[in-house]
Amino acid sequence: MAFGIGAGIFFGHLPFVKVSGIPGTTFRIWPGYIFKRVTQRLGIKIHTEKFDSEAKAMEALDTALSQNIPVGMITGVYYLDYLPEAFRFHFNAHNLVIYGKENDRYLVSDPVLEATATIGPEALVRARFARGMPEPKGKMYYIKEVPGSIDLAKGIKDGIKQTCFFMSSPPVPWFGVNAIHLLAKKIEQYPKKLTPRQCTLYLGNIIRMQEEIGTGGGGFRFLYAAFLQEAAQHTGNNELGTLSERYTAIGDQWRHFAYSAARICKARNSDLVSYTELSKLLHDIGDKEKQFFKDLKKVSW
Amino acid sequence: MKLNEVPQDKEEFKGKSNVHKLLYATGDDGSYTSVNSEGWEAENLATTQAWEAVLEELKETEAKVKRGELSPIAYFMQKNLMELSVLARYMGKWKWQIKRHFKPEVFRKLDDKTLAKYCRIFGITLSELQDFGR
Repeated sequence: MAFGIGAGIFFGHLPFVKVSGIPGTTFRIWPGYIFKRVTQRLGIKIHTEKFDSEAKAMEALDTALSQNIPVGMITGVYYLDYLPEAFRFHFNAHNLVIYGKENDRYLVSDPVLEATATIGPEALVRARFARGMPEPKGKMYYIKEVPGSIDLAKGIKDGIKQTCFFMSSPPVPWFGVNAIHLLAKKIEQYPKKLTPRQCTLYLGNIIRMQEEIGTGGGGFRFLYAAFLQEAAQHTGNNELGTLSERYTAIGDQWRHFAYSAARICKARNSDLVSYTELSKLLHDIGDKEKQFFKDLKKVSW
Repeated sequence: MKLNEVPQDKEEFKGKSNVHKLLYATGDDGSYTSVNSEGWEAENLATTQAWEAVLEELKETEAKVKRGELSPIAYFMQKNLMELSVLARYMGKWKWQIKRHFKPEVFRKLDDKTLAKYCRIFGITLSELQDFGR
C-alpha cells in the first residue's frame, strides 16, 4: 500500500550515468521519495535530520532510541556487515530502521532480511557516513505525529495519479515508459557496439536491477499489482482489480525478459538474432506499459 | 507470477541464499500473497557473473602491482569495490591526485598521514598496505 501511495513504481535508463562502466537502469523512483510522499499524503508528521559530525549523528540516534522511538536512516550497503557479501557493494541509499540498542550493539530491521539483525557502532557510523554518490550524511528520520484518522482512499488516488504522470509524461527519453523503448533500442545495438564481455555485463546489470534489488520480483511490477489489488478492495473500485491483473501479466513478461537475457549471458552468445529478439520482447513490454498507464489514468473515481 | 511458479534456486555464492527474497505472487483465486524465495536461476547468474568480472579484474590488478606497474592503492581500491570517484571522496582529494598515488614511485614517497588515511578507509594495517605485492 505504501509503495503505491508513495508512487514507487518507475522506469529509467540512463546510458550516460555509468556505475563501474555499466549504464544505469532503475525500476523504482529515487530513494527517499516513497517515504516522503506517503507521510505527506497521509498527514503523518516526520522529523528529518542530517549531520556534519559523526559523533552528533550517533548521539541524536541514541537520544531518540532512549525515548523508544524507532529511527529510519539512509546508509551505505557496503558497511552493513550483517548482509551476505554477495549484496555488499557501494550503494549509498539503503533505508533501514534501528529500533533499539542492547549491549552496545544496535538492533536493526532491514527490509532485505526476514529477521532482525544487529550492528556494531563502528560499522553503523561508516554506513551512515558512506561517501560517493549519493552521500547520506548521517540522515535519519522518525515519526513525530500520526493523525487520528487517515484517508487512505485519497492517498491511493493521488499516488496513482502521480505514478501515471511520472510514467507517461516525462518529455525526455530516459524516464518513464519511453525509457523502456530506449533500452530496447540500446540492447539491439549491444553486439554491434560492445565487446562480448561488455554485452553480458550490461545485460546482467539489467537483470540485477530488476530482480536482485528490492522487493517482489519483476522490477517491482508484482508489488505494484499487489497494491492495485489492495486498492481495489479498499475503495471498492473494480477497475483497479482488472488493472492489477493486467499489471501482473506485464510483470510476468518482465520475468520472461530477464530469463531470456540470462540465457544469452550464459551462452555468452553475442549473435545479432538473440539480441534483436530480446529487444523485441522489451519493445512489447514498453507498448503494454504505455497503454496500461494510459488506462490507469482514465480510471473513474 | 503464480505461487507455484516462485523459484527456489539456491545459490551459495558469497552467501547469496542466506537471505531469502520476498516475492509477491498470486494464489489460485488471483489474490496476492508474499512468499520467500531462495533465489532465481536468472538472477543468480547475473550476480555471480558480475562478481566474477570484479574478481578477474582484481587478479589482473594484483599481477600489475607485483610487476611494479601499479601501487597497492589501486589493488585495495578495487578490493573494496570502490571506483576512483568514491575513493577520492573518502580521501578528500581530487581523482587525479588518487590516480597519481597509483604510480609505485609516487606511492613510495607518500607521507605517513596519507598512508594512515588509506589504511583506515581500506580497513588494513600499514604493513599490509606497504608490503602488498612485494
